[in-house]
Amino acid sequence: METLVLQALSGLASASSLFLVASGLTVIFGVSRIVNFAHGSFYMLGAYLAWSLVTALPRGHLGFWGGILAAALGVGLIGIAIETLLLRRIYRAPELFQLLATFGVVLIVQDLALLLWGAQDLLGPRAPGLRGGTMILGLRFPDYELFLIAVGPVVLLLLHLLFHRTRWGMLVRAATQDREMVGALGVNQRMLFTSVFFLGACLAGLGGALQLPRESVNLGMDLAIIVEAFVVVVVGGLGSLMGAALAALLIGELHALGILVLPKITLVLVFLVMAVVLVMRPHGLLGRAQAPAAAGAAAEPAIGATPRPLVWLGLAALLAALALPPFAGDYALSVLTEIAILILFAASLHLIMGPGGMASFGHAAYFGLGAYSAALAAKWLLAPMAIGLALAPVAAGLGGLLFGWFCVRLSGVYAAMLTLAFAQIAWSVAFQWSEVTGGDNGILGVWPDAWAAPRLVYYYLTLGLCLAATLLLRRVIRAPFGYALRAQRDSALRAETIGIDAFAIRWRAFALAAVMAGLAGGLFAYAKGSVFPTYLGIPRSVDALLMVLLGGVQTLSGPILGAIAYTGLQEQLMRLTDLWRLMLGTTILLLVLFFPQGLAGAARARWEGRHGGA
Amino acid sequence: MTVRLFGRRQMLAGAGTVLAAPALAQAPAGAIRIGEINSYTAQPAFLLPYRNGWTLALEQVNAAGGINGRRLETLHRDDGGKPEDAVRLAGELANAEKVALLAGGFLSNIGLAISDYANQNRMLYVASEPLTDALVWSRGNRYTFRLRASTYMQSAMLVEQAAKLPAKRWACVAPNYEYGQSAVRWFKELLTRHRPDVSFVAEQFPALGRIDAGATVQALAAANPEAIFNVTFGADLTNFVRQGLTRGLFEQRRVVSLLTGEPEYLDPLQDEAPENWIVTGYPWEQVNTPEHAAFRDAYRKRWNDHPRLGSVVGHDTVMAIAAMLRKATAVESEAMVDAMAGLRFGSVFGPVEFRAIDHQSTMGAFVGRTVLKNGRGTMADWHYADGKDYLPPDETVRQLRPQS
Repeated sequence: METLVLQALSGLASASSLFLVASGLTVIFGVSRIVNFAHGSFYMLGAYLAWSLVTALPRGHLGFWGGILAAALGVGLIGIAIETLLLRRIYRAPELFQLLATFGVVLIVQDLALLLWGAQDLLGPRAPGLRGGTMILGLRFPDYELFLIAVGPVVLLLLHLLFHRTRWGMLVRAATQDREMVGALGVNQRMLFTSVFFLGACLAGLGGALQLPRESVNLGMDLAIIVEAFVVVVVGGLGSLMGAALAALLIGELHALGILVLPKITLVLVFLVMAVVLVMRPHGLLGRAQAPAAAGAAAEPAIGATPRPLVWLGLAALLAALALPPFAGDYALSVLTEIAILILFAASLHLIMGPGGMASFGHAAYFGLGAYSAALAAKWLLAPMAIGLALAPVAAGLGGLLFGWFCVRLSGVYAAMLTLAFAQIAWSVAFQWSEVTGGDNGILGVWPDAWAAPRLVYYYLTLGLCLAATLLLRRVIRAPFGYALRAQRDSALRAETIGIDAFAIRWRAFALAAVMAGLAGGLFAYAKGSVFPTYLGIPRSVDALLMVLLGGVQTLSGPILGAIAYTGLQEQLMRLTDLWRLMLGTTILLLVLFFPQGLAGAARARWEGRHGGA
Repeated sequence: MTVRLFGRRQMLAGAGTVLAAPALAQAPAGAIRIGEINSYTAQPAFLLPYRNGWTLALEQVNAAGGINGRRLETLHRDDGGKPEDAVRLAGELANAEKVALLAGGFLSNIGLAISDYANQNRMLYVASEPLTDALVWSRGNRYTFRLRASTYMQSAMLVEQAAKLPAKRWACVAPNYEYGQSAVRWFKELLTRHRPDVSFVAEQFPALGRIDAGATVQALAAANPEAIFNVTFGADLTNFVRQGLTRGLFEQRRVVSLLTGEPEYLDPLQDEAPENWIVTGYPWEQVNTPEHAAFRDAYRKRWNDHPRLGSVVGHDTVMAIAAMLRKATAVESEAMVDAMAGLRFGSVFGPVEFRAIDHQSTMGAFVGRTVLKNGRGTMADWHYADGKDYLPPDETVRQLRPQS
C-alpha cells in the first residue's frame, strides 16, 4: 500500500511537469490553430537557459529562482521573435502549413544548442532548500518532487484566473471559440496572437527550467517531450486547460503505476491511452467540437486539366528518368530509386491530405506495414521478391482499413493524432516483438531476387511500379470517386445531402492511400536490404508530411515536387556538412516564407498570374 | 567544437594536408580511403571525442609515412541515427567515393544494417562501437569485424564481480531496446550459473532517453532488492542517479553497472557521481602504461582536452585498420578480410587480437568501483579485464555463429 501511494506521488510530479508544457501548447493551439512542433524546443531552451543562468548567478535562493524565472521569460521572448518574424507571415497559408515552419525551427534549435552548449549532458544544481527528502509512510520522498506537485495546480489556478478575470483572458477565450468573430468585432488579433505565443513559450520554458534540479539538460529533451505534450493536449481536448490538466494527471499516473505491472509498457502507454480516449470521445476528454468553418468558406480550388506545358515538363522528366540512369553510377541509382519510392509515399499521403482533407501524422505505419510484410514473408516463408512485393500493399491496405475505420470518423488534428497513435502502436509491436520482427535490430537480408539484383534493373522496376501507382492516384483524384472525396472535404453537409456517403468515401480513400504507401514500403525494404522499426517511426511520418506540405497540398504535382526537393536537399546536405540540420531548417524557413502555397502551389500561382486561371 | 564548424570535405583527410578534395569520385593517387559512418548528430556526446581520437590516429599513421608509402584518408558521414540512411551512405561511399572499406557505427541496428550491406556487397566493415552480440554471432558474416568489447563480454566482466557479493535478491534496470535487454539476459544467465542461490525480484525497462526516473526508482525500491544491476547510460543514467540518491535507493544496496565508469557518462554527473558502484569504464587519468600515457599526451596536445572512451575507440579503430593494411597482400576486400582474421595489433589498452573464429576483437575494459575525488567521479581498485578471458568457449561460439 505504501508503495502504491509513493508511486502515485511520483506520478503526480511527472504529471505536473507534463502539464506545464502541455498548457502552453494548448493555449497556443486554441487561439492560433498552430500545431507548434517547436514547443519541445522551447522546453529544451528553457532548461539550457536556466542552466546557464543558475550556474552563472550567485548561489542561493535569489540566484536559483531568479534564474529559473528569467529563463522562462527569455524563452517567451524567443517565442515572440519566432511569432513576429515567422509565423505571423504565414497565418493565411493552408492549415498545418505552419507545422512545416515550426519544424524548421526545431532543426535549427537542435544545431544551435549543440554549438552553444556542447554535446555533453549538463547537470544543474539542486534547488536551494529543497535538496533533501521527506519521510512519507516510512519511505523517503524528494522535497523537490513535492514542490513540483504543488506547482502544477498553482499554475493552473493562475491561468484560470488570467483567462476568467482579465479582459485579455476573455478575448483569448473568445478567440479560441471563434477567431473570425473576434476579429470582426475589432479586436487587434496580432497583439492577441503574439501575447498568447509569448505566454505559451514562457510556460514551456518554465517547464524545462523546472526540470533542472531533477534531470540532466541534454540535446534530446525537445523530441522526448514534444510528442507526449501533444498527446496530453489532444487527450484533454484541444484548447482546454482543464482537459490538459486532467490528461496530464491520467498519463502521469498510468505511467507510474503501469510500470509496476508491465515495465515495458512505457514505450506505448501514452498512445494506447490516446487511442482509447479518441475512439470513445472524438474531441478529447473536455474538448468541444470546433466551430465549423463559416458557411460558404472558400472551397479549395478545383482541379482542372493538366496545363499543356506541365504535361510536356512531366514527359521530359520521365524521359530523363528513363534514359539517363544507364549512364549513372550505382550510388546515383540508389538515390533515384529512393526518390521514386518517396514520391509514391508522398503522393499516397497527399490523397488523404489534399483531396481528402484529413491530415495524417502516422502515415509511416502503412509504409512500415508494407516493408515488414515483405521482409517477414522473405524471412519466415522464404518467399520470392514478387510475393513479398504483392503482399506489401495488401497487408498495408488491411491495416489501413482497420485503423482508418476509427480515424476517418474524427476530424482535423484529432484524426491526425489518432493516426499517430495507431502508427506508434504498430511501431511498438515491431520494436518489442523481437521473436518475430527482430525488435530494433530489424530484419536483415531482404535483398531482391537475382534477376532484380542489379541496381539498374531494380531502379526500372521501382520506377515502373511507382510511376504507375502515382499516375493511378492522379487518375483517382480526377475520377468520380475523387470528386466525391473533394466534395466531402469542402462541405461534408452538402455532400451528404446529395447522397455522398462521406464516411465510406473517406474510409476507402484512407485504405487506398495505405495500399500505395505499403507498396512504397515493400519496394523500400528490398532497396535497402533490411527493415527496421524506424520505417514506421514518427520521423518517417513527419518526413512524408513535410514533403507534401513543401510541395503544396492543393496541387497534384505538389507531392512529387516536394518529395524530390526534400529528399534531394537532405541527401546533399547530410553529405556536405555536419551542420545539415541548421542548413535544412533554414532552407525550410526560407521556402515557407517565400512559397507559402508550397513549391508547386507557387509555380501554379505564377502560371495563373501570367495566363489567367486554369 | 571547432571541428564541427568546418564542412566535412574540408577536414576529410584528417591530416590536414589535403587542401582541395577533388570533386570527382577519384581517390588522389596512392591514398587509401576509409568510409566512416556514424550517428554524429544523434549521439554527439560519445561521437565527438570519438572523431577526435580517429583524426589523431589518422594523423599519426600518415606522419609515420602512411601505409607502405600510401596515405590514409577518411570520409566521414552522419547517418542521423537512421539505419536506412546508413545503408544509403554505405552505398555512396562504396560506389561514388570508391572507399576501400567501411568503418564506424554506434547504434546496434545501424551496425547490423551496414554489416548486412557489407556482406551483400563483399566489402570489409570494421565496426567500432556497436555492442550487440548479433553483430559477430547470430548475424555474423565474413566481412564484418568488431573492435569494442561486446554486451556479452562486459556483462561477463561484471558478473565475475557480482558473484562475489553476498547479495541474493537482485533487481535490474535497463533501457528498453536490444542492448538493454540482452545485457540483462546475459547478466541473469551468467550470474545464475555462478550463483544458483540468487533470485531476480524486479525489472524495469524505461524507454531509451525518456526514463521516468522517479517512478522507476520507486518501483525498484518497492521490490526491496539487495543489489541492482544497471544498464542505463547517458541522460537516463543521470536522471536515475539523481532520483535514486534523493530517494535513498542506493543506501545499503550494491549497484553493478555497465559502462558507468566511462568518462562520457561519469563526467556529467560531477559531484553527484554515485560512489562504490561496480562498473566497467575507463579511468583515463590513472592508466599509466606506456601505450596509454603516450596516447593520452598526444590527445591532450592535439585537442587540449582529456580523452574519453570514445576517443580510444576511434583511435584504435584506425590503428587496427592500419595494422590490417600493412598485413594485407592487396587493398582489396578479400585480401583485407583475410588479413583482418586473426590480426594482432597494439591498442591503447595493450595487445588485441581480432579472433578468426568470430571476428570479435579481444579489446577489454576496465573494471573497478566508482569513487568521488576532488568533486568528480572516477574509478578506484580497478583492473584491466582482457576481453579474451570473457568470451564463451569456442564450441559455444560455433553454435552461436552461423558457420558457412
